[in-house]
Amino acid sequence: MSKKEWPLWEVFIRGQHGLNHRHVGSLHAPDAEMAINHARDVYTRRREGVSIWVVPSKDITASSPSEKGPLFDPAESKTYRHPTFFDIPDEVGKM
Amino acid sequence: MYAQLVKSEGLKSREDMSPEERDFQDRVDNGEKIEPKDWMPEGYRKTLIRQIGQHAHSEIVGQLPEGNWITRAPTLERKAILLAKVQDEAGHGLYLYSAAETLGVSRDELLEKLHSGKMKYSSIFNYPTLNWADIGAVGWLVDGAAIMNQVPLQRTSFGPYSRAMIRICKEESFHQRQGYAIMMKMAAGTPEQKDMAQDALNRFWFPSLMMFGPSDKDSVHSAQSMAWKIKMNTNDELRQKFVNETVPQADYLGLKVPDDKLAWNEDKQGYDFSEPDWSEFFEVIKGNGPCNRERLNARVKAWDDGAWFREGLNAYADKAADRRKAAAVAAE
Repeated sequence: MSKKEWPLWEVFIRGQHGLNHRHVGSLHAPDAEMAINHARDVYTRRREGVSIWVVPSKDITASSPSEKGPLFDPAESKTYRHPTFFDIPDEVGKM
Repeated sequence: MYAQLVKSEGLKSREDMSPEERDFQDRVDNGEKIEPKDWMPEGYRKTLIRQIGQHAHSEIVGQLPEGNWITRAPTLERKAILLAKVQDEAGHGLYLYSAAETLGVSRDELLEKLHSGKMKYSSIFNYPTLNWADIGAVGWLVDGAAIMNQVPLQRTSFGPYSRAMIRICKEESFHQRQGYAIMMKMAAGTPEQKDMAQDALNRFWFPSLMMFGPSDKDSVHSAQSMAWKIKMNTNDELRQKFVNETVPQADYLGLKVPDDKLAWNEDKQGYDFSEPDWSEFFEVIKGNGPCNRERLNARVKAWDDGAWFREGLNAYADKAADRRKAAAVAAE
């Protein structure tokens, strides 16, 4: 018998109606349909969700941790992107 | 409001509904969210594509009147702020196009309809931004009116649209506040600067009121959209709310809302005010506003001028894929 390893899948669950799917973990399965079945068995035993997505882990492209600085530091100096940057007097009402 | 006059169907009565339609309406009534893979009436899908598409188009066309002032902002700080705002609008367009795409339409298809004039964007962006105070007025009034409409839409029945609205509303407050901060500066400046602020308010007041769409009595598309929770409030409700919140803000600036009929009405706990000139509104919607042609030409030109760049990125991606394939073969 050949020993074929099952691929890895990333699992995303929508917790409640209206929310985004959120990453909850991963599992092994021979195909997408089985991955959904396994995800149901592993990640929603206590009614944690109303919908499941599975994505082959190999298809996920992640940013590299070493790029953290160049990617995210530039936002640090742009405090004007936040509403609190602007002083608006209280008597004007919420804005 | 970024979506006006979205065509919809007449309201269907419960007796006329198929069993699926009845189940669907029950889910909407119970506040459940409809997701892309759920069954939905064809009219719901079509109306949503039109509405979200129009909303998305408004976000990106809305970049044009403000983009006009990026190179002319009075200080480097104001320039950076305006740039950040215009950048946000591009992002908002993206969130909305993505939500529309979950309904089975492609973004290129929607853009093609915008560029050929088959789909509309909000009438407000067909007015020119003539001086720096206009940038303040746009943030304060136009984004203020947008927020009025978008806050309730966070509860809309279609999941992807609702989630896009939540993300957009989080970012929108910055837009209105930066606009009002400009108005505060101008209104407290020299007499000439204050005049510019007043002039901007004079020109943007009624076009901002038009953003909510025609009066309820003339609004033929509302009933079904409200039953489906695609539209959460009537046009007149939102317009009234906008006037109630905005008038005290104008007072604080020491500026006068250009409406002689404006008066506080104790009974309704709101302001009485004049309706905008609806014939002007319909002319602008038809394509005869001050800047319709200029805006659409700018959009089409930006798209056409970007063709070589999009092609270049595709060529680069293809090359990189070939290189990876070759490397994989070599490694075997």
